[in-house]
Amino acid sequence: MNIFNQDTDKGKHISGIDKGKVLMYGLSTCVWCKKTKKLLTDLGVDFEYVYVDRLEENEENEAVEKLRHFNPSISFPTTIINDEKAIVGFKEKQIREALGF
Amino acid sequence: MKEEKAAEEGISEEKVDTVYKRLKQEAEKSGYHLNPDVEFTKDLVRGLLTNEERYGYWACPCRLASGNTEEDLDIVCPCYYRDPDLNDYGACYCALYVSDEVIREEKEVESIPERRPPQEEREAARAEESEREEMMETMEISGKLSKPVWRCKVCGYLSAMDEAPGVCPICKAKKERFERFM
Repeated sequence: MNIFNQDTDKGKHISGIDKGKVLMYGLSTCVWCKKTKKLLTDLGVDFEYVYVDRLEENEENEAVEKLRHFNPSISFPTTIINDEKAIVGFKEKQIREALGF
Repeated sequence: MKEEKAAEEGISEEKVDTVYKRLKQEAEKSGYHLNPDVEFTKDLVRGLLTNEERYGYWACPCRLASGNTEEDLDIVCPCYYRDPDLNDYGACYCALYVSDEVIREEKEVESIPERRPPQEEREAARAEESEREEMMETMEISGKLSKPVWRCKVCGYLSAMDEAPGVCPICKAKKERFERFM
């Protein structure tokens, strides 16, 4: 176990092909979120992910408010593309299509 | 997925394994099935154990817990939404539990819509429920019923006793997850 990496991964920017602004809200404990993150990584696109369950309370509230705008049921994963289109859940086909694959 | 595993706090593979086996045994005994994808399922068990450390209870790994037990009672695993989701989609929201059809490979597991109502609706429903409970409490139990009836909100088990059972004999849900039904 890597003690320096304990529970600190709140999110990250992953560099890749520019397909617009791709932002995934997820939970670190949710397997569907991991699958979505893996899909985006495998597609090699430039994206950002945020693990909402690992944020501090005020950061979490902020993230939830932003997410509510796109997905009122506040469910995860929610992938927001170019601040306009939100894909709720691990929807491989929809995500691929939205990113032009 | 390696990276996330390493990042989780002090949850050993052995513990995940033990809990997975116990959960699987309990599920099969009561007519449920865990997801046959062992890696996927163990990842969810890891999530449950992480939430146990964080919040003190098995908050659903695929939902954002509030940390307030009363608010999260509906999403303690197994959640109140498991059975309707199993009926409609063949899997619960996380896909920890799956239906017979999935086990027989007649149906595939996929990410399903969230059934849990938004926060305001849940709050309204809770208020209504406690009002109803209070009303029942003050109502004279007429000749019809000699005992109040308690309903397990996880599995629907009904018990006509002065008090709800400490633990549901069917699904092992704790007392606080029962509601006054009649």
